[in-house]
Amino acid sequence: MIQGIIAIYVREMLILKRRLSRQIPSWSISPFLYLTAFSYAVGRGVSIDGHSYLEFLIPGLIAMGSMTQAFAIASEINIARFYWHIFEEFQAAPISKFAYVAGEVLAGMTRALLAIGVIMVLGFLFGVRLHYGFAFFMALLLNSFVFASLAVGLAMVVKSHADQAMLTNFIITPMAFLGGTFFPVDRLPQWAGAILNLLPLTHASKAIRAACLGEPVNLFSYVLLFIIGSLFFGLAVWCVERAKD
Amino acid sequence: MIQVRNLVKTYKDVKALKGVNVHVKKGEIFAYLGPNGAGKTTTIRILTGLTRATAGTCLINGFDIATQTGDAKKQYGLVPQAINLDQELTVQENLLIHGWLYHMASSDIAGRVNELLDYVELSPKKKSLVKTLSGGMKRRLMIARALLHSPGVLFLDEPTVGLDAAIRRKIWTLIKKIQQQGTTIFLTTHYIEEAEFLADRVAFIDQGSMVALDTPANLMAARGAWAIDRLVADVMETLYFKTREEADTFNTNRSEQFTLRRVNLEDAFLDLTGKKVK
Ligand SMILES: Nc1ncnc2c1ncn2[C@@H]1O[C@H](COP(=O)(O)OP(=O)(O)OP(=O)(O)O)[C@@H](O)[C@H]1O
Ligand SMILES: [Mg+2]
Repeated sequence: MIQGIIAIYVREMLILKRRLSRQIPSWSISPFLYLTAFSYAVGRGVSIDGHSYLEFLIPGLIAMGSMTQAFAIASEINIARFYWHIFEEFQAAPISKFAYVAGEVLAGMTRALLAIGVIMVLGFLFGVRLHYGFAFFMALLLNSFVFASLAVGLAMVVKSHADQAMLTNFIITPMAFLGGTFFPVDRLPQWAGAILNLLPLTHASKAIRAACLGEPVNLFSYVLLFIIGSLFFGLAVWCVERAKD
Repeated sequence: MIQVRNLVKTYKDVKALKGVNVHVKKGEIFAYLGPNGAGKTTTIRILTGLTRATAGTCLINGFDIATQTGDAKKQYGLVPQAINLDQELTVQENLLIHGWLYHMASSDIAGRVNELLDYVELSPKKKSLVKTLSGGMKRRLMIARALLHSPGVLFLDEPTVGLDAAIRRKIWTLIKKIQQQGTTIFLTTHYIEEAEFLADRVAFIDQGSMVALDTPANLMAARGAWAIDRLVADVMETLYFKTREEADTFNTNRSEQFTLRRVNLEDAFLDLTGKKVK
């Protein structure tokens, strides 16, 4: 079982390693643009709950980045499945569905952590000092666990690469904007806030932000993310079986 | 050994397989021959656990692919119809990942990789990215990969499709060599001459049903030994004869264009299906 997980994981890492020199610039572009735009446009005047806007924004970007990068594993799986037919090699191999999902989810989480490393460096260059401690990394890991698991499950369900792009547009993009990344969810009308509080990303942003700013974290968010992640993981394992025609 | 009993596969409204029975013996090369859409790939996909059967059972070395999946999967190697290598990884990396997927010890993998690359004549390409290889090299690499975990059964789905004549012969030689090591081979093809050259036994499959199963010699003998192709009123007609003399006698006193040749598997196939394979 362990060997199956390693096979799947190492394969993704070897591919990532070959692309890393292109991947790092691509990971930096959008956080760099957000940081530049917001630090000049709104940065100076605005403060939220006693913090500068950049101090508020960077944890939001980290939450968003860990979500999108963990979720991006879905595209990798899709290309491997529909374009290169490599998924058949895994289907034919004597490895468990659990091992396959675990390997891909770990690969997604690794991607997310590397991309977040880039944002942390950028934040440092923009002169923002935050606390990156245990609570921060736990929130980050849980958030990427949730979205990598969701990604693997959806990648098994979709019928083409175009479907995949559509799902990203419907699920990930709205969540990226609404999940407490760019503005505090609490400032919205109560009903809107209540809806957004159902999104896992909202909890991840809150937890990551509290941890970064050295404020007390809400344990409930961690437990909730863990439960949602485990649920998605279980669903993903089930979807791998269903991917047989 | 492969045992297939009453295999049925239905996709929504397509009946891809309509009750196929096959028993492939240990150590033989078994060719599954049929036109496009006959159900060849569907059969291999079911045998290798990629597709679920609608009905019927498949045993590989005695293990049922549907219920003893894990054990059954260790028995065979698969070379699918479409190339499914990791193009952005090297030859060696592709093989290494495969070895791990089949629970091989890393120390064993290294030796086996060298041995197999030698065997398929790809040793100089060990560190090359797969995307830089030619089509024939990729096929050979897929065969090496399928053999890495030393399976007793090898499935080859159209192993020479899209390759030029010289490379096809090279792959045929390789397949014969693999058989000589004791491996049972199940191959699909729509090239008649491939089945004729390689197979110990041939199954003709057409529209999801098996129409014949025998040795190439027996299948051909059913039609006689010699054939004459001739044009009659712009329609091609083939006549069969038991001996060369009979054929010669028939041709004396006739003026139209004709070709005299030995009977081949295509004649047998045409006769049984009324259709032409490529
Ligand atoms: N996933 C699928 N969904 C629906 N129909 C399918 C699917 N796969 C195969 N079929 C149908 O099943 C039939 C058999 O297809 P199969 O791929 O087994 O043929 P084949 O003998 O391998 O042909 P070829 O020589 O073209 O590879 C065809 O009619 C095909 O359209
Ligand atoms: Mg086919």
